[in-house]
Amino acid sequence: MVERTPILNFFTHLILFAGFVFCVAPFVIVAIAASHNLKDVNDVPMSLLPGSDFWVNIKTAWTTADLGPKLLNSFIMAFGVAAGKVIVSALTAFSIVYFRYPGRTLIFWLIFITLMLPLEVRIVPTYAVVANVLEPYQTIMDLTGLSWLIEKISGVQVQLSLGLLNSYSGLILPLVATATGTFLYRQFFLTVPDELTEAARMDGAGALRFFVDILLPLSRNNMAALGTIMFLWAWNQYLWPLLITTDQSHAMAVTELKQLIPNVGGAPEWHIAMAGTLIVMLPPLIVVVLMQRWFVRGLIATEK
Amino acid sequence: MEKRVTFGRWTIGILFAVPQLLLIFTFFYWPAGQAIYWSLTLQQPWGGGNIWVGLDNFRSILANADYWNSITASMVFAGISTGLAMVIALVLAALTDRQLAGSWLYRVVLIWPYGIAAPALALAFRFILAPEAGFMAVVNQVWPGFWDPGLDGADAMASIIIAFSWKYVGYNFIFFLAAFQAIPRSLIEAAAMDGSGVIRRFWDIQFPLITPTIFFLLVINITESFQDSFGIVDIMTAGGPANATNLMVYKIYSDGFKGLDYSGAAAQSIILMLLIVALTIVQFRFIERRVHYR
Repeated sequence: MVERTPILNFFTHLILFAGFVFCVAPFVIVAIAASHNLKDVNDVPMSLLPGSDFWVNIKTAWTTADLGPKLLNSFIMAFGVAAGKVIVSALTAFSIVYFRYPGRTLIFWLIFITLMLPLEVRIVPTYAVVANVLEPYQTIMDLTGLSWLIEKISGVQVQLSLGLLNSYSGLILPLVATATGTFLYRQFFLTVPDELTEAARMDGAGALRFFVDILLPLSRNNMAALGTIMFLWAWNQYLWPLLITTDQSHAMAVTELKQLIPNVGGAPEWHIAMAGTLIVMLPPLIVVVLMQRWFVRGLIATEK
Repeated sequence: MEKRVTFGRWTIGILFAVPQLLLIFTFFYWPAGQAIYWSLTLQQPWGGGNIWVGLDNFRSILANADYWNSITASMVFAGISTGLAMVIALVLAALTDRQLAGSWLYRVVLIWPYGIAAPALALAFRFILAPEAGFMAVVNQVWPGFWDPGLDGADAMASIIIAFSWKYVGYNFIFFLAAFQAIPRSLIEAAAMDGSGVIRRFWDIQFPLITPTIFFLLVINITESFQDSFGIVDIMTAGGPANATNLMVYKIYSDGFKGLDYSGAAAQSIILMLLIVALTIVQFRFIERRVHYR
């Protein structure tokens, strides 16, 4: 603060407090609505004093939407995607930064361009690919005459087929590739002093040893930031799980929310819907609160 | 920037990149190519492969009033929600940066909404903005029929805009605050010594210095409003009433998976892809400038 400005300070506090209320109110309203019974939650205006049915509603929402296994699915998927992204992008960045080979720039640009192909614009064909992940390779072999050749030589007809619908791999793999993560590591690797590499090589360390024993421990901060961001991102995915999981046993917590929307004809069970919303909101909120430092750092670093 | 010291065996080097390359080929390039192929062909009703139709799919989409309606809805949505989310975040960040007592609280709390899944906050707002329960019902009691997102297209659009802006205020806030804090305090103090007030300093020093961040966030917010809106639309309005909130991604999804019109959906995907490519190019050109700027 540079000077005394009592009036301005008053308005600063006022506006900031309004912003605070604007951000927190929805959470509070959801929590309060989740504690009412059917009659109270539909009162106009709804009472802002918490009711007494909180745990009953939570339990009802939990069983109606079968949230136990769904939350577990969400965890498996979010964790798988985050871990996959952290590992795969580290490997790629290592390859791009620490090796000289023809086509290196091409690989860099191939990864870069994926930034412009978000999942939402290629959902229909990606769905077709996941229905049979080997289809691209089958087509290529057919077109190049390779399958014909194999059939002639061995008499085996090449019929590659591997469906990933309704499986964890189908949920996770298409989301693992990441350009932002790769660039984050690349930026960091470029700042690692060359002397370290020289020293490691002088001591006889190969590429893999250097990567595992020196580079990875150094990039722990990077990993935490990237992991946090990607965990939240994956947890919040909606469109992809909605398409891929037609089978209930692989459904996610976030997609299950749809089942809790009160029907037009039925009783307006908003208290149950809000209890379910609260359960689904809580894990990412906890991650944001506990990992705030990494979350903010990851956000700012990945978008650069 | 290049590394001076590298590892010699480049065959090993390529191996490290293989997992990523396989993933992007299988799940990015192949589907994108497929989308282009589908958009230029038409599946025959009795099987027998696709027939080449050139740009017919694009022509029929661009001649379709529903599609233009969807584009208009997306633009209205992108424009208003981006504007709201950015202005509110800018004001809050500028005020938080004054670092009065208690500003740590805002720095912590204002980020929370961004962590929440779009469908979850959509359900919360569907209740908060419901016409018969919750809070807009109070307004409806005073003026009956004032608010009904289920029947009135403008109300439905307003609902999804509110839900989306709420989430992205937190996001923009993080970046604005980081930008404000990157401005050297000495600049502000020097200006204050010269006798300029808080508002004057904001417009003459802070605002020009954060314009790169503003442009950057503008692009990100618009692209996200195309992508992240799907969950909000699906939970709150399902594209209705009367297609008033049938945004582009939602239309691709409903045409492709409910209408099973792969060619039409693919052509729409290509158009959306071009839009995003254009926005990304704008963003990166601008980022180049930002690097020189600092």
